[in-house]
Amino acid sequence: MSTEIKTVEGITKESTQAMINEVLELYPEKGKKKRAAHLAPNDQASGSACVKSNKKTVPGVMSARGCAYAGAKGVVWGPIRDMVHVSHGPVGCGWYSWGTRRNLMSGITGVNSFPMQFTSDFQEKDVVYGGDKKLATLLQEAKDLFPLAKGISVLSECPVGLIGDDINQVAKVASKELDIPVIPCNCEGFRGVSQSLGHHISNDTIRDYIIETREFPEPVGPYDIALIGEYNIGGDAWSTKPLLEECGFNVKAVWTGDGEMDRIAATHQVKLNVIHCYRSMNYMCKVMEEKYGIPWIELNFFGPTKIRESLRKLAELFDDSIKEKVEAVIAKYDPQMQAIIEEYKPRLDGKKVMLYVGGLRPRHTINAYEDLGMTCVGSGYEFAHTDDYDRTASEMPDATVVYDDASEIEMEHFAHILKPDLIGSGIKEKYLFQKMAIPFRQMHSWDYSGPYHGYKGFPIFARDIDMAVNSPTWKLVEAPF
Amino acid sequence: MANNLGLKVKPVTEIPEAEVNRVAAWINTEEYKEKNFARQALVINPAHACQPLGAELAAHGFEGSLPFVHGSQGCASYYRSTLNRHFREPAPAVSDAMTEDGAVFGGQNNLHEGLENSYKLYKPKMISVFTSCMPEIIGDDLTAFIKNARIKGFVPNDLPIPYANTPSFNGSHIHGYDAMLLAILQTLTQGKKVEGRCTGKLNLLPGFDANTGNIREYKRILEAFGIPYTVLADISDVFDSPNDGTYRPYPGGTKLEDAADSVNGKVTLALGTYSTAKTYGWLKDNYSGKHASIPMPFGIAKTDAFLLKLSELTGKPIPASLKEERGHAVDLLTDAHQYIHGKKFAVYGDPDYLLGLVSFLLEVGAKPTHVLCSKGTKKLEKELQALLDSSPFGKEGKVYVNKDLWHLRSLVMTEPVDAIIGDTHGKFAARDAKVPLFRFGFPIFDRVNLHREPLIGYQGVMNMMSTICNKFIDVVDETCDDRQFEMMR
Repeated sequence: MSTEIKTVEGITKESTQAMINEVLELYPEKGKKKRAAHLAPNDQASGSACVKSNKKTVPGVMSARGCAYAGAKGVVWGPIRDMVHVSHGPVGCGWYSWGTRRNLMSGITGVNSFPMQFTSDFQEKDVVYGGDKKLATLLQEAKDLFPLAKGISVLSECPVGLIGDDINQVAKVASKELDIPVIPCNCEGFRGVSQSLGHHISNDTIRDYIIETREFPEPVGPYDIALIGEYNIGGDAWSTKPLLEECGFNVKAVWTGDGEMDRIAATHQVKLNVIHCYRSMNYMCKVMEEKYGIPWIELNFFGPTKIRESLRKLAELFDDSIKEKVEAVIAKYDPQMQAIIEEYKPRLDGKKVMLYVGGLRPRHTINAYEDLGMTCVGSGYEFAHTDDYDRTASEMPDATVVYDDASEIEMEHFAHILKPDLIGSGIKEKYLFQKMAIPFRQMHSWDYSGPYHGYKGFPIFARDIDMAVNSPTWKLVEAPF
Repeated sequence: MANNLGLKVKPVTEIPEAEVNRVAAWINTEEYKEKNFARQALVINPAHACQPLGAELAAHGFEGSLPFVHGSQGCASYYRSTLNRHFREPAPAVSDAMTEDGAVFGGQNNLHEGLENSYKLYKPKMISVFTSCMPEIIGDDLTAFIKNARIKGFVPNDLPIPYANTPSFNGSHIHGYDAMLLAILQTLTQGKKVEGRCTGKLNLLPGFDANTGNIREYKRILEAFGIPYTVLADISDVFDSPNDGTYRPYPGGTKLEDAADSVNGKVTLALGTYSTAKTYGWLKDNYSGKHASIPMPFGIAKTDAFLLKLSELTGKPIPASLKEERGHAVDLLTDAHQYIHGKKFAVYGDPDYLLGLVSFLLEVGAKPTHVLCSKGTKKLEKELQALLDSSPFGKEGKVYVNKDLWHLRSLVMTEPVDAIIGDTHGKFAARDAKVPLFRFGFPIFDRVNLHREPLIGYQGVMNMMSTICNKFIDVVDETCDDRQFEMMR
């Protein structure tokens, strides 16, 4: 946690509040009142949230949020590579979430790796008569066609919950008959206010159905850890896992990027959980701490400053041999990272960035931008909770704007006033800001690039940010006539 | 010890390599194909989306029209991001963010608050409402809700608010498109029909077609004819807007007054008999003038038919420029047929696209071998079969309706083809089969600019032909041995 108060020239609490007030004037009374609580200038020294969060989206505003199903399928369950994940309900949800989060997988598709779209493609008759029978047949078919699948998850979409199907019972029976875990996950999209509840529900199902059902054949070692909340976007896990291994750790399981069911199920045997995406998996870390006494530590692998800080924090929990290895790793990579900074910082120094992403990166990446000389002038989350905003206050410069579940019109307004040199947000925001001639990177999916995590990721991150900000194409936007 | 599922605790195991190899070989076999085709309940890699996505596309096609999802927030995000990814353009749409309490109490409060907010914030000229699953299941009454919203003053009385029921557990994106388009036209044309008035214009319904180049091409053809026109649901500027440093939420779209006056048109022509079936049925009974619904003009024969139909309906001769263009296209086909003749294709996609693409392949001597629609009817199956039967090149072709891309994979692994035509989702099957995928369809997530390249008309023929033939030539160049690496192909 940084202690010095960071400031940005021209930005004061008053100027930020005035900017917020202006955008609130666009709303009708009721909408204005609801949104006001979600927009505020940061108070860096306080170390606590300045906005309300995890509340219902205001109807009729252009929100970027997804749903519980999206959190369950797209984030937590979907990336486990050796399981069949069934989108149970109508065809759309599975179709839209198919491959779009870029959680890369090893293995042979359809054999021992399943980055495919499995759905029960609900029809009207399923809604009227219930879909349980169809589900039972479907599970048998999945087992027959994909004999090497280690398990099946059943992720329910809205209609399933509304008509009251009992997928839990179907899953229970099928598990026994097929002799593989069939995990029912009641993650209907209407539950909760965002993706976030989907993460929680999924964590609960891992707790109830998966963990402790497998054991590692080899004895537990002192450096056995699990990497939690790492989804292998653009190959992130293939950067962080080897890095931790280079530091002397045995990464026994990754949750859930390129994840394996068996290994996740045996995670109760590790010595420590290292969590990256706190928002989506802090519940599970807490469960494992309470139930199995496994401590956990929250780390950040974006940019050399945070990687260094994180690795040292981690080493502190272990013996001298780990500390030595960690120092050696830092010493090995620091010059490489310095070279990257020297290459890109001259072109990025003093540039302003506005962030608006899911539940973690708006605070985790701030320092990586700062490593490149950039300043974050606005930050916010689609589906964060108070504890995320608590963790954001100290990272964000003082008095800069913090927005929760920002509507598109708010983001647009802030961008007009703050004139950022880069916006890091999602696909729904990308093209509107590019039309405004503001350079943009998709920070959910790394804009089809990556990895961005770890030492392997930082050079790619730096290159991509430089490419976005300094692309000569932006100079062509204004016609000479 | 047993877990919640009653399963025993097992050791973490790796699947032996030999077993992985065995299954990897097995999934390419006839035996597997049979098993795969015996599926009753499981759908794997479908090539269709749900109704509301189509509804949103139709809603975007009108000036100042704000697509409004009555249902869960997440649904709206999914439709928007899908359109963003395909067009690489903004897709501004809102939802009224229904949650559990909506499920219990109904979605009227959400709809009212949503209408009030979106009207004030985004200043639309029309709010086009369509549903996702939740309100469909709980049975929300949109007619009453919208009426109440007007009474309570959340939206002005004169703001058009067409609405369509688009349950995702029924039909596919093309049906949602049809339902929303119908609702919009019914709303806008209400009370606008004037006895004796004729706009002199042709109404053109392109149907669910996420190719902005196609829409522009229709317009160019009509202009060449000198036929005044209104495209009903014109997405061409909406999803192909210039970058000049200004973001406009509603770039282009069919003018609302033109859409309203379309009821007094001279001619109405629907292209694609499947994706505008309901709309066409309605406007045949309600619109002035002449009407026709014909297949999309893919390939020479269907483009000829399109132009002849235009001429017949409007009394205008086919312009010389288009006849010359036909000559250019045919010239290319005769020049390039050798690269495509006898080549086998697997084709999948929406009904109207399939009919057009198969027709094109047959007329250039290619063999559509597997023709697959993951959401289709018996009628479509018959129509496609009749099309195949009409040509000696269709002799080996088979039609598969309500089969998905995992079925397609089995087909191309057991009965190989030279190429696949479809959307981006086919890239995995194409890679396994080691053949090219020609991305003529929706969605295309992994290539740039293809939505601007017209596939219809003579220009479309030339685009498809050169794309296909040049790729085949590329493959030869990339894979031949040095001795056969020739200057001339």
